[in-house]
Amino acid sequence: MKKPILVIPCSGIGKSFGSISRDAVFRVCDELRPGEADTLCLSLLVMGDEEARRRVSESTCIAVDGCTLECSRNNVERSGGRIAAHFRVMDLLRENRGLRPREVTFLDGDGEKLSKILAEKIAAKVDELWEASP
Amino acid sequence: MKIKPKIGVVSCSGECCGLGTISRVATRLALEELRPDETVTICLPLFLAGEAEEHGFAKEYPTIAVDGCGKRCAYKAITKYSKEPAAGVDVEALLGEWGIEAPKGRRTLDGDGLKAARRIAELLAAKVDEIQEAA
Repeated sequence: MKKPILVIPCSGIGKSFGSISRDAVFRVCDELRPGEADTLCLSLLVMGDEEARRRVSESTCIAVDGCTLECSRNNVERSGGRIAAHFRVMDLLRENRGLRPREVTFLDGDGEKLSKILAEKIAAKVDELWEASP
Repeated sequence: MKIKPKIGVVSCSGECCGLGTISRVATRLALEELRPDETVTICLPLFLAGEAEEHGFAKEYPTIAVDGCGKRCAYKAITKYSKEPAAGVDVEALLGEWGIEAPKGRRTLDGDGLKAARRIAELLAAKVDEIQEAA
């Protein structure tokens, strides 16, 4: 039986970018590709939780970061995970210059639009990795 | 004149379930609406990935760790890399005390989840006041 692709957001809390990363990942795991994509607590992983580390080491991972600090990618790699794909909300903003998300707690309209665009991109990558996985 | 220290409020990332979403929303409400001039925050994954500068955060500011569940990642991380938080909140335990069910969704909060987040934000604001008074 195939293991779900692990999609792990940074969940940054200081700017809207982190909220978008988190929102998009939940869209993928809970709405677009349930069963094929799953996530886990990034902090739990970094704190050395054995179950989280085992899941990461046995799974194909996608890191989703809000900003250039790339906390998701860095933390997953440090915890022994192999990143098969990486997305950054900052890059998505450059491709969608008309959108200016501002709210952090509850996404505003532009934040929601970016989350949907990002979720579609992640879902497409999940499909690709799922097809390729043994 | 007594200068009150800013208080660092640090939420777990809590991607596993809606409890993490409550933790995060409550933290943001405390920061944005209730005590905007008295509080600061840092992303927990940044704190964890960081070096001396990030770890210095909790040495510089008294902190409140806001955790979604009993694993208490935020509390343990701050204790491990800086110093013990001035206070900690366990959302799962609080919801149990208040007789509120954990939210089913994790992307958005339903009415009860949002009410719980607001109640926890009020609690955080009260803790901010207490810590500042005691400082």
